[in-house]
Amino acid sequence: MAERAPLTTDTVPELPRHFRFQWEPAQNAHVLLFPEGMVKLSESAGEILKRVNGAVSVSGIIKDLERTFPGADLGQDVMDFLEIAHGNGWIRPKQDK
Amino acid sequence: METAGSVPNKISNPLWLLAELTYKCPLHCVFCYNPVDYTSYGEELGTEDWLRVLRQSRELGATQLGLSGGEPLMRDDLEIIVREARQLGYYSNLITSGIGLTEKRLAAFKEGGLDHIQISFQDSSREMNDFISSTKTFELKSKVAQWVKEHEYPIVLNVVLHRMNIDHIAQILEMAERMEVEYLELANTQYYGWGFVNRDHLLPTRDQVERAEHVTNEFRARIGDRMKIYFVVPDYHSNRPKACMNGWGSVFVTVTADGLVLPCHEARMLPGLTFPSVRDHDMRWIWYDSPGFNAYRGDSWMKEPCRDCPDKAKDFGGCRCQAFMLTGDATNADPVCDLSPYHHIVTDAVDRANVPGKPVTVSPILFRDDRNSRQLVEKKQEPTTETLEGLQHR
Repeated sequence: MAERAPLTTDTVPELPRHFRFQWEPAQNAHVLLFPEGMVKLSESAGEILKRVNGAVSVSGIIKDLERTFPGADLGQDVMDFLEIAHGNGWIRPKQDK
Repeated sequence: METAGSVPNKISNPLWLLAELTYKCPLHCVFCYNPVDYTSYGEELGTEDWLRVLRQSRELGATQLGLSGGEPLMRDDLEIIVREARQLGYYSNLITSGIGLTEKRLAAFKEGGLDHIQISFQDSSREMNDFISSTKTFELKSKVAQWVKEHEYPIVLNVVLHRMNIDHIAQILEMAERMEVEYLELANTQYYGWGFVNRDHLLPTRDQVERAEHVTNEFRARIGDRMKIYFVVPDYHSNRPKACMNGWGSVFVTVTADGLVLPCHEARMLPGLTFPSVRDHDMRWIWYDSPGFNAYRGDSWMKEPCRDCPDKAKDFGGCRCQAFMLTGDATNADPVCDLSPYHHIVTDAVDRANVPGKPVTVSPILFRDDRNSRQLVEKKQEPTTETLEGLQHR
């Protein structure tokens, strides 16, 4: 398998085609839906993925989170989660198409 | 609750709804997991029934919807069902042979919000021969794959493997490459329904499985990220059971074409349980309170060797239906497990299969069609392969 390029703060992440992010009242959580599968997201993971839209860079996502949750230094936590999400194929660097 | 202590403290909500919309099918696959007695079932649910099932299941928390059958394209209200599913927030998966798909219908599914299509390459040796000789079925499948791609769906192909086609694995992989498949599921036959009555014709030898895995791994190394390939090993060839349905009544619910609600698509066969119909009950009562759904929840129904097994929370004792089919008692361990006192039933079948060449069985292979189904209904009193002698396929 080809190595995935590592994420940087300049990367603009997006959800892959055919992935859907939505709020599930019955689970009281955000979930990520994809062919024949689902990931239930923790509150913080939900807050991060809510901001993944193919338009904002990783540093923009961090800034927006720090505005919403003032006083917290979130940079590393956000990066760590996005790396995991990338490794699992839940997000990818924006692709021109 | 009928039997105190038989259920876990908290029942999780369903996540996966499998809608077996119809048992009609233009194909006659010998490995089909559909029930063999489908011709004896009552009338199919109507459109309004299905919309009610979708709404009620969604309220319980189901997110993934499988639209299956039979061939779901045989229902002319599939467009309505797809549209309602999207509006309710399901992630909907159409599981189809592609036979009967037209560009017009595909456009309507896309417009209605269908999320995903899985095309199966199904019709055993006839279709495989068609493919190998590059005749019409392959062209039809290729055309369907092209439409699917044009409507910006990923191409997801499912190929059921068995003794008669597993040696063609290299050709199957090449075909997938030519069709620019993104996800390929190579699923060995599961021995339920028609697959069970035809088991001795379908079970591959260990050598066949190992060769197929080897060829698949070489192909994987060459193709890299372009195609994701899942190779599902037949459970008869393992010594620990599958975590069937992720546990009985845990995440999965099937609604059959005639309206029964089941914890798995085979559970109808189990004796002593009656499963409710969506014509008589709502999904909430069925999931949480019906005796059928509570029968094998938790672990208090288990006997040895499952009861004290450290793996019981991992594999739930395997499959209740396989335990029943092979041992006559659904509360036994799935005999795929080598800790089961009945494990020899599975190893004997594999040993018989390990004789290369023709299967060592006197019963003819049975295509899944109405005539064979009706004959099997008549013979249902003794549902063993021995009683199937003399049945002919068309």
